[in-house]
Amino acid sequence: MAMAERAALRERALPVLVVLACVLLLWYGGAVGLNRAGAVERVLANSHPNGYSTADLVSTTLNMERPVLPAPHQVVADLYSSLVDWPLDSPRNLLYHVAVTAQSTLVGFVLGTLLGIALAAAIVHSRTLDRALLPWIVASQTVPVLAIAPIVLVILGSLGFSGVAPKATIAMYLCFFPVTVAMVQGLRAPQRIETELMHTYAASRLQAFWLLRLPSALPFLFPSLRVAIAAGVVGAMVAELPTGAQAGLGARLLTGSYYGNTVGIWSALVMSALLGLGLTAAVAGIERLVLRSRGAR
Amino acid sequence: MKRGGVVGRLWPTLIVAGLAAVALAWAVPAAGTVDAPPRGLVAGLLAVLLLAGASVRQVAALDGRRWYGTATAALFGAWIVYFWQVGVTLFDVPRVLLPAPSFIGQMLLDRGDTLAGDFVQTVLKAVLVGWALGSGLGFVVGVAIDRAPFLQRGLLPLASLTSTVPLVAVAPIMVMWFGFDWPSKAAVVVLMTFFPMLVATLAGLQSAGKLERELMHSYAAGYARTLLDLRLPMAMPFLFSALKVNATLALIGAIVAEFFGSPTVGLGFRISTEAARMNMALVWGAIVVAAVTGSLAYALLVQLERKVAFWHPSIRSR
Repeated sequence: MAMAERAALRERALPVLVVLACVLLLWYGGAVGLNRAGAVERVLANSHPNGYSTADLVSTTLNMERPVLPAPHQVVADLYSSLVDWPLDSPRNLLYHVAVTAQSTLVGFVLGTLLGIALAAAIVHSRTLDRALLPWIVASQTVPVLAIAPIVLVILGSLGFSGVAPKATIAMYLCFFPVTVAMVQGLRAPQRIETELMHTYAASRLQAFWLLRLPSALPFLFPSLRVAIAAGVVGAMVAELPTGAQAGLGARLLTGSYYGNTVGIWSALVMSALLGLGLTAAVAGIERLVLRSRGAR
Repeated sequence: MKRGGVVGRLWPTLIVAGLAAVALAWAVPAAGTVDAPPRGLVAGLLAVLLLAGASVRQVAALDGRRWYGTATAALFGAWIVYFWQVGVTLFDVPRVLLPAPSFIGQMLLDRGDTLAGDFVQTVLKAVLVGWALGSGLGFVVGVAIDRAPFLQRGLLPLASLTSTVPLVAVAPIMVMWFGFDWPSKAAVVVLMTFFPMLVATLAGLQSAGKLERELMHSYAAGYARTLLDLRLPMAMPFLFSALKVNATLALIGAIVAEFFGSPTVGLGFRISTEAARMNMALVWGAIVVAAVTGSLAYALLVQLERKVAFWHPSIRSR
């Protein structure tokens, strides 16, 4: 058993690790190549006026102050110092920005999911909504709805909302579309024979919904939740761009690009990737718990 | 028999609702001419609202023809635009909050050349180049590593994970590398569209059944023959669904990347700067252009899929 597990692990983990190692190597190679011109011009021309060795060149390119492409260890060092050297509530600590973005993402995600489920339930039970509204919701999947974000910010801003509310609204409407589409499919998943069984039990519509439709919709709901939370992170980050917001990963990226702080941009990028991965993993974890408690294997 | 009855009752409802709507639109004073909306007109608005609801419900109840569904959605959309127009005018909603559809349409006409320039910059340059390059690269890499199971097992989990990562965030880096103009946006789009296409290509190439593969083998077909005649055709539905997803992703990527810095042209630039100047009608105009582009691209890809993979069961069943 342990042997088999170890073999399976090697089968699955080894290729991924090899690919990651290749990416790291390429990254270092790219850093040397891309930073070379700047390193020669700005550093080596002054420190080694009589010519420099390859080792000098490599070590300079990998440790520049404003590199074109920072080396991985520079990004890690910047991340580490921002996480350790500053208190959690300082804007210099990246975790503070992660928390700001995660907060609006999560608020929007929860609201959007609830709204999506409610609307899907209404659509399944109303032929009018099904015919009139659902085609528009499906069509909206082909439209870049994220582009409305600045309008939402302006409208909510002039109505006096600020802080989390506008950002959460944008995350909410991005989460809402995929959840609605998947839930309509899921709530319709029960076979005719099952709905007729509920009917012979004299189950009311509400009971049929709770006992049959909702449980059979869960396998449709969770994949859409994973899509939704990823869209929510993007929405929350974009919402931080045009407001001149001081906090959040999106604002951090924007200030980094204003001041040409490449290492800072890369750290924010890594943190936003980790935030996306972490939130998706959390949703996947909840999925596993729920499905297990329902007896699925 | 029953359907005839439903249709028979439908026309009076539609006609009454339409006449009432026209009368209300005619009676509503131009925005800003009166202080408070007249009470009679508000009552009229509610009445038209009820009539509109009834008409949508009756059209939705129709059965039998395929286009009835489309007609319901179209009617619903038309009513939304109508109430948007009349409501905004009647209650004198400030233009900064919500411009009336007629004003947006006027803006689309008046600033058509501006928006056309934005369209060329964002869609024809950044989106089209990025989408074609990203999808093409994803496809080529997918086919190339098809014979290397080790690489597949290494790349596939990582490629799937990228869908959870906000890849748009590389925009500031791309702006630094490739400058403010469209190549930096195309680079963001390449990165965003590459991974979905890679995943879809790998999945599509695996989708040929064992039976078909063995048949090809019994014909003594080599790797290339099998790839061209069996596995790539089988992969078409996967490739097209990735192309469709990528079309939307590419539009989002290019527009959002322009929020991070762009020359003074482009849909994303227009949206962010005009929103900051509170010129909301032009913002809505740019969004209309983006939305129409997205839907048209999707429709085009669906048509293309029907032409290319007409034999596939998923298309024949439609």
